Amino acid sequence: MREERRIVVRVAWDRLFSAATALLSYLSLIPLFLILYYIGRRGISAVDWDFFTSLPAPVGETGGGVSNALVGSAVLIGVACVLAVPVGIAAGVFLSEYGKSRLAGAVRLAVDVLQGIPSIVIGIIAYLWIVRPMRGFSALSGGAALAMLMLPVVVRSTEETLRLIPSALREASLALGVPRHRTVLKVILPAGLSGILTAVILGVARISGETAPLLFTAFGSPFMEWNVLRPMNSLPLMIFNYATSPYPEWHALAWGASFVLAVFMLLMNLVAKVMARRWKIRF
Amino acid sequence: MWGTGTVRGGAPATSEAVFERLLHISGAGILALLAVVFVTLLVHSFPAVKDLGAAFLYGRVWDPVGGEHGALPFVLGTLFTSFLALGISMPFSLAISIYLGEYCTEGPFSSFLRSAVDLLAGIPSVIYGFWGLFVLVPLVRSLQIKLGAMPYGVGVFTASLVLAIMIVPYSASLGREVIHLVPADQKEAALALGATRAEVVRKVILPYARSGILAGVLLALGRALGETMAVTMVIGNSNVVPQGLFSPANTMAGVIANEFAEATGSVYLSALVEIGLLLFVVGTAVNILGRRVIKRASVEAA
Repeated sequence: MREERRIVVRVAWDRLFSAATALLSYLSLIPLFLILYYIGRRGISAVDWDFFTSLPAPVGETGGGVSNALVGSAVLIGVACVLAVPVGIAAGVFLSEYGKSRLAGAVRLAVDVLQGIPSIVIGIIAYLWIVRPMRGFSALSGGAALAMLMLPVVVRSTEETLRLIPSALREASLALGVPRHRTVLKVILPAGLSGILTAVILGVARISGETAPLLFTAFGSPFMEWNVLRPMNSLPLMIFNYATSPYPEWHALAWGASFVLAVFMLLMNLVAKVMARRWKIRF
Repeated sequence: MWGTGTVRGGAPATSEAVFERLLHISGAGILALLAVVFVTLLVHSFPAVKDLGAAFLYGRVWDPVGGEHGALPFVLGTLFTSFLALGISMPFSLAISIYLGEYCTEGPFSSFLRSAVDLLAGIPSVIYGFWGLFVLVPLVRSLQIKLGAMPYGVGVFTASLVLAIMIVPYSASLGREVIHLVPADQKEAALALGATRAEVVRKVILPYARSGILAGVLLALGRALGETMAVTMVIGNSNVVPQGLFSPANTMAGVIANEFAEATGSVYLSALVEIGLLLFVVGTAVNILGRRVIKRASVEAA
């Protein structure tokens, strides 16, 4: 009798436990849906043609757009890619193809550490190296900060991608007498191309929402700006500045910008996922 | 027939050497980058170290205009918000790990929950801060009015809530992976002995996946310690030692974000850089510790 009761208790506890796990799991999605709901509801109504093509309206006027922030984000991401992608891919190739040396071990650790540095600290570095010597905030310094954040992502994903390429492919090329560097350039890199593109896209997704390192490097600007040596606005910076302002018109613009930024990041992640999946099937 | 000379000498061998050298340089460049980051932080925080010494760490007053640079309010603010966020997020991330790693490993619900958690990790922190400012702050304010506390709205509690939401994916995805790796024969052995599923989770899975779960918690902690935007937008930016759960405070990353661009005077700027150095060192330590634990976990699992 007592034994039976104990079993009932144990089974009840088991049911309770699995129900609680499922409940807590789905509960933790509530914030996500709330965030998406607010971005969607407040954001979509702020987004129209003007939003993409015109400059921010002065305080007190409704309307206006974020064209300068869109251009700024594109320029900053471009600068970051130019600085980070070649080095990142080269280092990724180094780690996957020549990755057994002690230098490679140290580089791997360095990449891990770089990835863990808080982005605001990267901002300090870019300020001390570029903003101070050049005596002014600039998109170049912001792009450099973003490049430092992007670099570890590109290196790690490139390495992981290239490692998945079957060694038979390498050996086949080497057996034909193709030197190692031509094997890398003509066999390994083409085979891993979509993986490397995925790495770059992941890197772009990582940096396109970054705000902290831009606060005292790119700094932000209310004007349309193409010159990388001058302060420049970006979507996340604009969201921060407008969100913390007291003006409802600016809040509306910030919601719109949040919507655009979120959609952009979502697309980037989606593209990366689809490319990774397509690439997997080929081997 | 194939003389080795054609490989060793001549054009192919040189371009081979150049290629290899280029790759090595880019690898070493990353090492150099990290070294330069560290040295830059050290050098530029030197004036503050010389001027303030250890008082920097235990000084309770941050008043750069008056020449007082005590970083204790920010250190405590960072620790308070990070660990509170970790505490709030733990039940949820553990539940997700167990649910996705054991109860619901495949099927539409599983992939839905997994992509939703991924999505949570992909939202930029400035959007979290923005949302927190306009949705959570009024909620917390009405809670404070009900509790009879000062209705600031912004403060340590709000910041920890936002942080908790942000770090759930980090510990959840790693936890899911290690729980998924627990060998089926161990679980089946326990089930065969008559254990219920909940008992399997508690007595077999959790002990087995312990170090992996810990690594996930450490990664989440590292993320929380360094988070800037979301926190600075909802914590109230008041440069005092946190007075309580609901009071405005500031964090290390927050004070750098607020004051760095306007810092005048070499000691002021240098003190901010020293806070950055501290953040760098603590963040790196937590990060490396986490990766060590992961490595140990994967060795155990193999």
